Amino acid sequence: MGKVVLKLGKDISTDDIYPGRFMATVLPTETPQFCFFDRTEFNAALKAKAVPPGSVIVADENFGCGSSREQAASTIRGHELVVVARSIARIFLQNAINLGLNIVICPTIEAEEGDELEVAPGKVRNLTSGKEFATEPLPPARQAIIDAGGLIPYTRRRLLERA
Amino acid sequence: MGMTVVEKILARAAGLPAVKAMDVVEPRVDLAMSHENATLVINQFKEIYEGTGREAKPWDPGRIAIIFDHRVPAEGPKTASNHKLVRGFVAQHGIAKFHDIRGDRGGICHQVLPEFGYVRPGSVVVGTDSHTTSHGALGAFSFGIGATEMASIWALGVALNIEVPPTIKVVVKGSFPKYVGPKDLILHIIGKLTAQGANFRVLEFHGETIRKMSTSGRLVLCNMSVEAGATSGIVPADDETERYLREGAGVTEKIERVLPDADAVYERVVEIDVAKLEPQIACPHTVDNVKPVGEVAGTAVHQVVIGSCTNGRLDDLATAAAILTGRKVADGTRMLVFPASARIYSQALEAGYLAEFMRAGAVVMNPGCGPCLGVHQGALGDGEVALATTNRNFKGRMGNPKSAVYLCSPAVAAASAVAGVITDPRTGGC
Repeated sequence: MGKVVLKLGKDISTDDIYPGRFMATVLPTETPQFCFFDRTEFNAALKAKAVPPGSVIVADENFGCGSSREQAASTIRGHELVVVARSIARIFLQNAINLGLNIVICPTIEAEEGDELEVAPGKVRNLTSGKEFATEPLPPARQAIIDAGGLIPYTRRRLLERA
Repeated sequence: MGMTVVEKILARAAGLPAVKAMDVVEPRVDLAMSHENATLVINQFKEIYEGTGREAKPWDPGRIAIIFDHRVPAEGPKTASNHKLVRGFVAQHGIAKFHDIRGDRGGICHQVLPEFGYVRPGSVVVGTDSHTTSHGALGAFSFGIGATEMASIWALGVALNIEVPPTIKVVVKGSFPKYVGPKDLILHIIGKLTAQGANFRVLEFHGETIRKMSTSGRLVLCNMSVEAGATSGIVPADDETERYLREGAGVTEKIERVLPDADAVYERVVEIDVAKLEPQIACPHTVDNVKPVGEVAGTAVHQVVIGSCTNGRLDDLATAAAILTGRKVADGTRMLVFPASARIYSQALEAGYLAEFMRAGAVVMNPGCGPCLGVHQGALGDGEVALATTNRNFKGRMGNPKSAVYLCSPAVAAASAVAGVITDPRTGGC
């Protein structure tokens, strides 16, 4: 269960999530400081540790479109936020899975900032509005990576399976 | 059942007789490209090997390409130190396809790869850059990935758990009117499909207009396919592909053409006639917010940018230089030119285009991504408007969320630089 701390429209680009001018910062330990940097109030709340882990970002369609910069996934992952979006752009989706970011594809989600959401198997419950919304499964091809906890442990296992 | 080009490429790369859309495959990778973000790839690559007792050595250094282009020369100590770290890795592992900050062989990755003959029809190309879609212009299956996925490929030599993407066939007919070209076509397509209309799909380009189009123009189409969400754009290889690889890239070995079957299965077919297409503009702040130039003509422009992996090639510079001949960049407007590679810079120098730009008042910068990603060189002030031949106009893209970016062709950019406002080159006194 988590509170919606940021409600976003459609086509939220990776430039919005992690502006290009911070791309020289790459390490997952360092990227969280620039999370949604140009949304100054939200960034300030994150930095002040005023946003508890498990809080939810709700977005319309095509979340994470644009650049392949992995910082866009690691910066959100670093704050342990959950992304519930109506749809997600391909590269961001793969980066998110590879890094173990908690993402939920929920094509009809309706929620406002402050609403309490609960992610359950196959659905998201908006506890504030009392409505339920069906989720789409993540690509089955990626399940092995999700199960392994991300692409690094999964690749490590695959590497060790080789003679 | 017939296969599309990408299905054929993936079947072969995965060692399978046939594949169809949504099958899951693990194709071997022919070329793995990174730029400055090789810094993060190296970090993730080393992490994979932690605790394994194995030495962190890339599967095949000959198939790795690293090109510095995003922040060249370095804008500050952090980038400079990243460059240094990558140079050390390149030297340690003998990565030959490395393009440092140099005036003889440097440039933007999406121009360097084709011009050095690193990409072949039928190959599988991955890059830690979303515009890796560009290389489909040479008949390769080429797509963008993140740094950790690249680290995994450096370790294993295959792309893990790839779904074969469904393909949308785009058939283009008609001849372009004067001052209308590939950039206008792809902006029109993106406007039609929307920013997510091709998400997880391939755009396969066909038709008489494509067959007559130069590789330079095809690179524009494939480059911006990602702006409709596409995994990749692809132009099936033909005589022009072979001509480019022989004459432009100096390739001497046999070139194999991988072509779609006549009964290939497409998710849908999109048909476009360019005969009456007008110059197109992508308006702030999404690339699919596309309008004919007439609807935004007269908008004041503070900075015009000609360059990038989309439109920084010799034909783009030739078009712009011809429009600027005998004219001046308007007072109150800055014009920046970024050739896409060192080779193009030299060619434009010899052809006199760069002198023409400077005489007109434009500033000619070194090849690189420049202002397109808003890191350094050419940031915008609060409330300013840029008109650029680049590929993205997201809020904040040119370094300032309080500015606006419009996207257009080189002809529109040059005509607008002269007028100081967005201008239709067909009526702007060109």
